Amino acid sequence: MFLINCPYCGERDQQEFKAGGEAHIERPKQPTELSDDEWAEYLFMRKNIKGVQFERWNHTHGCRKWFNMVRDTSNDEIKAIYKMGEKPPSQ
Amino acid sequence: MNKNLRVKSSEYIDETNRISFKFNDRTYHGFKGDTLASALLANNVHLVGRSFKYHRPRGIMTSGSEEPNAIVQVNPGTNRTEPNVRATEVEIYEGLEASSQNCWPSVEFDIGGINNFLSPFFPAGFYYKTFMWPASFWEKYEFFIRHSAGLGKSPTSSDPDIYDHQNVHCDVLVVGAGISGILTAKNAAKNNFKTLLVDEKNELGGSTIFENNEFNKIDNKTPSEWLKQEIKELKDIKNLEIKTRTSVAAYHQYNYLLARENLTDHLEAKDKTNKIRQRLLKIRAKKVILATGALERPLIFNNNDRPGIMLSSAIKKYSEFYGVACGSKNIFFTNNDSAYESALSLYNKGINVEAIIDIREQSESKIVKKVKEVGIKVYWSHTIVDTAGYKRLNGISIMKLSNDGTSVTGSKISISCDCLGVAGGWTPAVHLYTQSGSKLKFDEEKQIFLPNQNTSEQISVGSCGGDFKIDEIIKNLNQKLKDNLNIKETDLDNIKVEIDQENSKRNIWLLPSDKPLGKTKPFVDYQNDATAKDIKLALREGFRSIEHVKRYTTTGMGTDQGKLGNMHALGIIADTAGVKMGELGTTTFRPPYTPLTFGTIVGRNVGKFFDIFRRTPMNDWHVENKAEFENVGQWKRAWYYPINGETMHQAVQRESKAARESAGILDASTLGKIDIQGSDASEFLNRVYTNAWSKLAIGKCRYGLMLNEDGMVYDDGVTTRLGENHYIMTTTTGGAANVLGKLEDYLQTEWPELDVYLTSVTDHYATASLCGPNSKKILKKIIPDLDLSDESFPHMSFKEANIGHIQCRIMRISFTGEHSYEINVQASYGKDLWEKCMKAGQEFNITPYGTETMHLLRAEKGFIIVGQDTDGTMTPIDLQMDWIVSKKKYDFIGKRSLYRSDTMREDRKQLVGLLTEDPNVVLEEGAQIVSELNQNPVEMLGHVTSSYFSPNLKKSIALAVVRGGKDMMGKKLFVPMENKNINVTVANPVFYDAKNERLNA
Ligand SMILES: [Zn+2]
Repeated sequence: MFLINCPYCGERDQQEFKAGGEAHIERPKQPTELSDDEWAEYLFMRKNIKGVQFERWNHTHGCRKWFNMVRDTSNDEIKAIYKMGEKPPSQ
Repeated sequence: MNKNLRVKSSEYIDETNRISFKFNDRTYHGFKGDTLASALLANNVHLVGRSFKYHRPRGIMTSGSEEPNAIVQVNPGTNRTEPNVRATEVEIYEGLEASSQNCWPSVEFDIGGINNFLSPFFPAGFYYKTFMWPASFWEKYEFFIRHSAGLGKSPTSSDPDIYDHQNVHCDVLVVGAGISGILTAKNAAKNNFKTLLVDEKNELGGSTIFENNEFNKIDNKTPSEWLKQEIKELKDIKNLEIKTRTSVAAYHQYNYLLARENLTDHLEAKDKTNKIRQRLLKIRAKKVILATGALERPLIFNNNDRPGIMLSSAIKKYSEFYGVACGSKNIFFTNNDSAYESALSLYNKGINVEAIIDIREQSESKIVKKVKEVGIKVYWSHTIVDTAGYKRLNGISIMKLSNDGTSVTGSKISISCDCLGVAGGWTPAVHLYTQSGSKLKFDEEKQIFLPNQNTSEQISVGSCGGDFKIDEIIKNLNQKLKDNLNIKETDLDNIKVEIDQENSKRNIWLLPSDKPLGKTKPFVDYQNDATAKDIKLALREGFRSIEHVKRYTTTGMGTDQGKLGNMHALGIIADTAGVKMGELGTTTFRPPYTPLTFGTIVGRNVGKFFDIFRRTPMNDWHVENKAEFENVGQWKRAWYYPINGETMHQAVQRESKAARESAGILDASTLGKIDIQGSDASEFLNRVYTNAWSKLAIGKCRYGLMLNEDGMVYDDGVTTRLGENHYIMTTTTGGAANVLGKLEDYLQTEWPELDVYLTSVTDHYATASLCGPNSKKILKKIIPDLDLSDESFPHMSFKEANIGHIQCRIMRISFTGEHSYEINVQASYGKDLWEKCMKAGQEFNITPYGTETMHLLRAEKGFIIVGQDTDGTMTPIDLQMDWIVSKKKYDFIGKRSLYRSDTMREDRKQLVGLLTEDPNVVLEEGAQIVSELNQNPVEMLGHVTSSYFSPNLKKSIALAVVRGGKDMMGKKLFVPMENKNINVTVANPVFYDAKNERLNA
């Protein structure tokens, strides 16, 4: 059970949050210009790596804000948390 | 058999408080302070159960939570009964009843015992290999297995006890109150850390509390005396909370731990009532200090499981702590010095010790010399090759061990005895440590796994960290506390420790016998009856991974998770496979450390508190008017309103007719409502719905369909433009929270530039939906001054009005195809609104209808229900709703996916209407649809999604999804059922009033 430092509320129990998958996958600005394969790449393909992963989290039972997290999926160490729109920290 | 083996009073036993209890229907006596195990041993009862596979007689082996054998059913036949309880942990009280498990018909005569004689036929993997074939025999096998392998019985009535959950926050959590835990807690609290000390036992002190080796001294006192003084001093320390009978079950990441505090299990029945039985502590600690101690290892030799064979340390505890002699002719079998302490402890209490069998060549420590001085015979370099006695140990045979420890030589010596104490060294209790995700390392010299890489703020102190001698424990503890808690001075700086412990040990994982391995029974996992032979067989059959061997042999898979034998299993695998233990790794220890009751896990969330449910403001009216309810998400919705004993079908037919013929009223308060404001609100709706929103005039309503990015229908509902920058969106009842979440996601992460604010107002409004040709007249009676003409208030428009002083929002929208109004008021006026409508509608026979009639009426019109007619694989095109997908808009959520090759396939499943050949036959929802009856295998074209008997059309109607259904209009298909095939025809899904004339009726 993680202890997550919401950038808006502070440290809260994991129960209050929902994971939202891989981060930094921007919705294409012009979807109609994309081929089926390019659109499928955006729509379906996710990395799900063992190791350091960038992911989205939402404080669903709190401020409802989305934010980004850098997490090592092999040991669940949270390496960084930053707001939407902020640059990811360099590894 | 019934002789009293209580040898000498103990300060932990209150001999003035005599307690009677029953075990296997026989009455025994013990004293306050006894465990069930100590009280049975005092009555010379060793045989307490049967083993799982061979049904061999088994006795009490240990004195703690690691007990593999003495597993009992507490208070059988009552609603407080609990299976799989360790007799070593049950504190006795007046009236306690317990019985053996895993034996049938009784522990003394057990039919399954025949498995023992058949055991050559029960090797590892026996169940996998045998009972899987032939498959049709499984039911017969299952009966046999279930009957003979008793795993205890669940209570058959509901649990009378109360359970609780509590969140606990502390600076330092100390797990285990032995010498290390006590000193840690004391120093942490003294240095202003808010400290919580927990221990699974009812008394503090761990094993040091009865450590009275005269050669070990702390500040010139025996460790026992010294520690008692330390414990006394704990009372006056601030910042320190102590919880006994509290067992840490799980250690999760980020120092989140679950512990079970046992509050009433040791009390008599009359004192249990109306009290919390067990409390689950959810602990978040800044630092965790594990002082969980070490578990004594058994030795693995032939027939090492007979009742009367126990851990050496357990025998010592029973004698010192409970004043119980486990036998009258005791022998110890050891590979290290600790058995000598136990032997001396018995000797000093006048209990007979016949001999010590030591597999070492010699030991020169003071305690060994003392044992020899008092005349106890020691057999050096000897091992036990066999034991005798079926229901109770009555003798052992020993032989000389070869130099390499792999065989025996010389002649066999037989010695009679009734109790054997086994001492195989100590295994640090690292279970919780590994649960936290931290990693172990194997110490080849000490032959133990030790904490190595911590993943959270934690340390392991004392013997769970690998320190076994008191001087090492205190010295290392002192340093660890200073480093970890950042403190300069501690109580431990000036302690003087004298010590005579020698760590010399000869580790042999599997001791040899004069018989070949195939003819012996050296048990590794007592609870699951896995022997060394089984492990070797698994290796011969090609298993290499320790996790696979574990599952194949079931080693370590009992309720005790193999706390005693896991190390030996690893050792035997390593020896056999010729690899180092460190390379082999260890199996995963999973929570809970000891089993938890379901009551503890669910706490207060039982009965009506099991799950949250939501009721509408009109709920009381529905209850008073005898509505039947259905669950929709968390909502309790009125389903139908039976009168005069009507069946559901009759009620729904009546309600449906009334709504079309005169007037009906539906409680629509559960629909999700999202208030949308901001200068970009119209643009936002353009992006989330498939149709266009910019040109919707203020005061107008529009139906919208929302897709997922993959093009599949996600939700639908009517949205009304209240003002230039203000909309109110309705969603499906079940989808409300998810829709809001999804919209927030897009706003925050993809389109943060949009000026839009979303607020859930579902609970703030109550909604009554008034429908039918007389709805207009009824509304006119309620709000006489409101202009309801079609010119002023046409279909799909909105008006604000007042009912008396109550403000309301009225939308003229329809989900039934009839002329209807949705009236929204502040939630607290919901019931009042409903009653006003009922009163005004009385002359028109206004009929309240529930969700079932709503579903029927909309099906007559071919309106979909998201989640019933769609399942996450339907596009709007599949639903034949092309009209709602804007061709002009450049983009909206899911648009691009509608042009993927797969979503454009002509042969996708499409929504159609179905009419049965016999108008009285109603199809089953979910029934499959085929076009050929004589094909094998037959191709499934689709299934029925909604199906009703329409009272207004006087025939059966259905909606269905059918592959390529769009082009099948008029085609005959079949719905094959168990006993008959139903002939159906594909039809237009709009069955009723296709021209929508009734909207303005
Ligand atoms: Zn927050």
